[in-house]
Amino acid sequence: MTRLIIGRLLFMVPAALGIITFLFALFHLIPGDPAIMLAGDNAPRSVVDAIREAYGFDQPLHVQYGRYMAKVLQGDLGISNYSRDPVVNSVIPRIINTAQLAFLSMLFAMIVSLVLGCVSAMYWNRPLDKVVTVVALLGICTPVFVSGLLAIYFFSIYLGWLPISGMSSWRHFILPVITLGAFQAAVLTRMVRSCMVDALGKDYIVTARAKGAPEFLVVFKHALRNALLPIVTLFGLGLGHTLGGSVVTETIFNWPGLGRLMVNSILTRDLPITQGAIFFFAMIFILVNMIVDLVYAWVDPRIRYD
Amino acid sequence: MSDDTLLEVRGLRKYFPIRKGVLQRTVAEVKAVDGVDLAVKIGETVGLVGESGCGKTTTGRAILRLTEPTSGEILFRGRDDARMIDVATASPARLKELRRDMQIIFQDPYSSLNPRMTVGEIVAEPLQIQGLMGRAEREARALDLLKAVGLSEDHSRRFPHEFSGGQRQRIGIARALALNPKLIICDEPVSALDVSIQAQVINLLQDLQERFGLTYLFIAHDLSVVKHISNRVAVMYLGRIVELASTRELFENPKHPYTEALMSAVPVADPDFKVERIPLEGDVPSPVDPPKGCHFHPRCRYAQDICRNEVPAYRQVASAHFASCHRADELGLRGLKSS
Repeated sequence: MTRLIIGRLLFMVPAALGIITFLFALFHLIPGDPAIMLAGDNAPRSVVDAIREAYGFDQPLHVQYGRYMAKVLQGDLGISNYSRDPVVNSVIPRIINTAQLAFLSMLFAMIVSLVLGCVSAMYWNRPLDKVVTVVALLGICTPVFVSGLLAIYFFSIYLGWLPISGMSSWRHFILPVITLGAFQAAVLTRMVRSCMVDALGKDYIVTARAKGAPEFLVVFKHALRNALLPIVTLFGLGLGHTLGGSVVTETIFNWPGLGRLMVNSILTRDLPITQGAIFFFAMIFILVNMIVDLVYAWVDPRIRYD
Repeated sequence: MSDDTLLEVRGLRKYFPIRKGVLQRTVAEVKAVDGVDLAVKIGETVGLVGESGCGKTTTGRAILRLTEPTSGEILFRGRDDARMIDVATASPARLKELRRDMQIIFQDPYSSLNPRMTVGEIVAEPLQIQGLMGRAEREARALDLLKAVGLSEDHSRRFPHEFSGGQRQRIGIARALALNPKLIICDEPVSALDVSIQAQVINLLQDLQERFGLTYLFIAHDLSVVKHISNRVAVMYLGRIVELASTRELFENPKHPYTEALMSAVPVADPDFKVERIPLEGDVPSPVDPPKGCHFHPRCRYAQDICRNEVPAYRQVASAHFASCHRADELGLRGLKSS
């Protein structure tokens, strides 16, 4: 197990280097002169030249690449074109906000989907199962911007129970977490259901019953653990998506997260911020995938011994 | 009912409903087991044979209430030897207690072991569920059991996928033995194994029977295996037992044409031995809509009008020999010569 963890951690290094290289390429592949972009279209030639020299754009590409790599490895992702703050300083707090939203949403999705999925599988093909299946289908079909706006209208405007936007108290978390989590819960519920139906039909379930195991032990110890592998995969993907793809939810609920920061930086052409945001998104995704891999090994002993 | 009866099944039925439409109305029933009567004495091995789909496995599982029987009595001599308990109506608590005395070995050793549990956990879990021993005791018992079935102690920390089919079946046997049961239902325990391994496992089962005083209900479709291990044999066709006799009597002197046809299909390891095979035409009829009269008449070469119209009674045709055939007394059916 320790070897597996170390192996996975080492695998992160080339992935991270790849991302940095891609970001560097992105900066130089987009059309236009970066110096002119920074100075503005109508800036005098002397200003553009000064910027070019100051940022090192006059150097050969491999020198620029080396400098960029060295800076990133030291934790310096550049300076925002507008606020002149280091990119790291504006990205980190946003990451924390986004991570809070994402993890709470996925926690919500996990609990809801495990309960509904297991119940659905236990009552397979009976009315309760059909109700769960239809509700899950509705959840998958409803885009976040629809469910989010409906939730705001109903709970915040019509009933007046919950705040509309921002994140200043725990009550502010409820609507965004449920909106973002509901979609994931719907996707996961269907997965849990089908995996559990499959697992509950296996012979070792009959074995467990023959041992005299009570029903909850049969379902949660024998079936769920075997059904877990595809669920963990989907959960990891879902976590990656909520971390990176919560842009719509963050916009609807005015959530100061990484998604909104990135969208704003693209609109204002604040390239260092965009790069920084992409860098962190990518790193988070790699980290989540690594954790998923490790969970695999915990869930399935066959993977552990490879 | 004599005192040495361990299990007595009376009129066991298991119908699976076929549902259709939005309202899931029951439109028909698959009569997997349709009135089975069977008694098993302490310490004996009763073979239960028949084609695929005749209801052998369902019968075995219904006796253990791993599938709920539709009707019938399953009388079993439980812990206190004095009286028989009806398994079919036992409460969940009583049923859990009964599981200590009746266990099952499955056909497929690949799917019947939970792949996420170590072999030690699999073997010890029945003890944990039944709350019988402390942790250390359970582990020690699991190791003993593994040794009893011919595996070694260091196998207990491994997972099922690291074992071969024969070894996995040994694990399944150790698991079934864990609670020290009286009755073990062997549901085709060797049919998924290589022939060379089959003999080993059969011999192991016989050794264990002697050592632990076990009683077996041995379900199989391989007649040579059944002949080797059983004291008595019951032949099943389309959800019913059509013939029951001691192994020797049944093989040498069958009274039901279906048994005769099965016998003629047994390969004999002698190139000079010629036997007239009795091919059975067509498939097993659908258990949803079984033929009128004798279930076997469409495939029976001795069938007469009475067979097409009247259901034959399951009756004693010779000493300790039961069969359900109208013509059992008049037909001179051919069995296997004793070898």
